[in-house]
Amino acid sequence: MTDVPNNGSYNASLEDTVWVEEVAFIDSVPRWIAMTFVFLVFIGTWQLVTSLGMVSPIILPTPWETLQDMIFVGKNLLTGGYMLGSLWITIKEVIYGFALAIAIGFSLGVLVGETAFGEKAVMPYLVAIDTMPKVAFAPLFVAWLGFGIESKVALAAFIATFPIVVGTAAGLHAADDNARMLFKTMGASRWQTLVKMKLPTGLPQIFTGLKIGAVGVMAGAITGEFLGGGKGFGELIRVAASQLNTPRVFSLILYLSFVGLALYLMVQWTQRRLVFWQKETVGRYDG
Amino acid sequence: MSAVLAHDYSGAPVGAPVYELTHVSKTYARNSVIALEDVSLTLRKGSFTSVIGSSGCGKSTLLKIMAGLIPPSKGRVILQEQPVTGPRRDIGMMFQQATLFPWKTAVENIVLPIEIRDGKAAAKKALDKAYELLDIVGLKGFENVYPNELSGGMAQRASICRMLITEPAVLLLDEPFSALDELSRDMMNMELQRICREQNATAFLVTHSIQEAVILSDEIVVMKPRPGRIAEIVEVDLPRPRTLDMMTTPKFGEIVDHIRGQLDKGEDM
Ligand SMILES: Nc1ncnc2c1ncn2[C@@H]1O[C@H](COP(=O)(O)OP(=O)(O)OP(=O)(O)O)[C@@H](O)[C@H]1O
Ligand SMILES: [Mg+2]
Repeated sequence: MTDVPNNGSYNASLEDTVWVEEVAFIDSVPRWIAMTFVFLVFIGTWQLVTSLGMVSPIILPTPWETLQDMIFVGKNLLTGGYMLGSLWITIKEVIYGFALAIAIGFSLGVLVGETAFGEKAVMPYLVAIDTMPKVAFAPLFVAWLGFGIESKVALAAFIATFPIVVGTAAGLHAADDNARMLFKTMGASRWQTLVKMKLPTGLPQIFTGLKIGAVGVMAGAITGEFLGGGKGFGELIRVAASQLNTPRVFSLILYLSFVGLALYLMVQWTQRRLVFWQKETVGRYDG
Repeated sequence: MSAVLAHDYSGAPVGAPVYELTHVSKTYARNSVIALEDVSLTLRKGSFTSVIGSSGCGKSTLLKIMAGLIPPSKGRVILQEQPVTGPRRDIGMMFQQATLFPWKTAVENIVLPIEIRDGKAAAKKALDKAYELLDIVGLKGFENVYPNELSGGMAQRASICRMLITEPAVLLLDEPFSALDELSRDMMNMELQRICREQNATAFLVTHSIQEAVILSDEIVVMKPRPGRIAEIVEVDLPRPRTLDMMTTPKFGEIVDHIRGQLDKGEDM
């Protein structure tokens, strides 16, 4: 049964395991413990650095100060204070911006990915615009659309559109020759091929684009608020920073990141429901 | 020369001609590759024909032209008295990959050709037939399973059902089982033979395996490359139904050797 020759001096039995798979320590630790560990190390270092006076408190508040400020901001948000109004403005910008980006990005993506004209004549321009630093357009949007929410929506959508175009176009190219040939043999029209084969096949790529877009839309909205004023959350951050109220800046950023995370998770949730067959790529990450 | 051979049908299966290819040539405009030159071929109702030849000798091209997926540069393809000018309902096709769509269950994949051609309502009506077909190929109990839970052989079985659901008169098969292991492959081949007999379908199979060609076919079209042409049409007069143990008979060996000789000759050129 065993590969080791049993010559009397060596008595191999099933108990004599010669070589077994060793489970790496990290594989035996639950994810949440590992994450808590990193969190504690992070907070510990932070506390150490601040309490040893290595950095000025104006530059870096202590974790405790930050937590206290988060509680303060949290109360303001929960009791419907002025910060809630600001947060709501930013959330609206993000939602409108994302919706706009999806509508434009998807349409352009289909144009570019499905038609030879789009690929030949439109794609080069999209690539050219995509390489530009898009935040540089912020002053233009303010000049065109004013200091209200419109200019922020525009910048947010502008930034988020491109990954969605690219994702959609790549998705439409994802179907292999066999699937195309199969649809051809079935006498499928172009529309049927697009809707029943190319789009579903490309959903993973489309969602990758949407996820990148979801991140970009947050960045766009906040940048728009920094550069174009208004009453959003970004403005609160800007004001707090100008008053050197760093704990406030930190806690506002954290709350903002919850919004971003929520948007990202919503996209991911939709993806899991819609692209239920795509297990491999998300598998390991889910723990 | 090949044209003469193509019409030499002594002892060939009886039945009316279903497919008639006359002087079919194909030059790919893109790279001016002459993929096929002057191919003439007649398939009779209920016959099983295999094409064999080295890689790149135009087998898939021939199949695509017959299926109406690409037009020939020259020549004529007639199927059931109608010229082939595009994909048709009376043609069923199968490729090396099963190509089942992961967002559809096995039965949904199988009724897809109906859904495309006649709409969702017709596809729903065809479900019963899909269940029947799945039963025939031994996939009972897997009707509502998604393809990523099927093995390679099971997926190929499902794709056979998808090909058969429209009751095509001819089956065009491009190395359908070459991705399978030898055991499943033999089994699938026997199943294919049974299905063809039951449906009285005319089959045209591209293969790289001489054994597979001989065990299944009434006629074997041996092709030679650059440009792709017919070298010889070999008749296989082993009795039907064929069984796997016929592979050990001297007659089988003779035919295999003959074809191997033909193929080697093609290589030398
Ligand atoms: N779409 C195409 N455009 C240009 N040339 C092509 C195209 N498809 C095939 N060819 C060329 O035509 C020739 C025949 O190709 P084909 O695919 O028909 O060969 P095959 O006999 O099926 O080969 P294999 O056994 O490898 O599948 C090859 O030289 C190939 O490079
Ligand atoms: Mg081929």
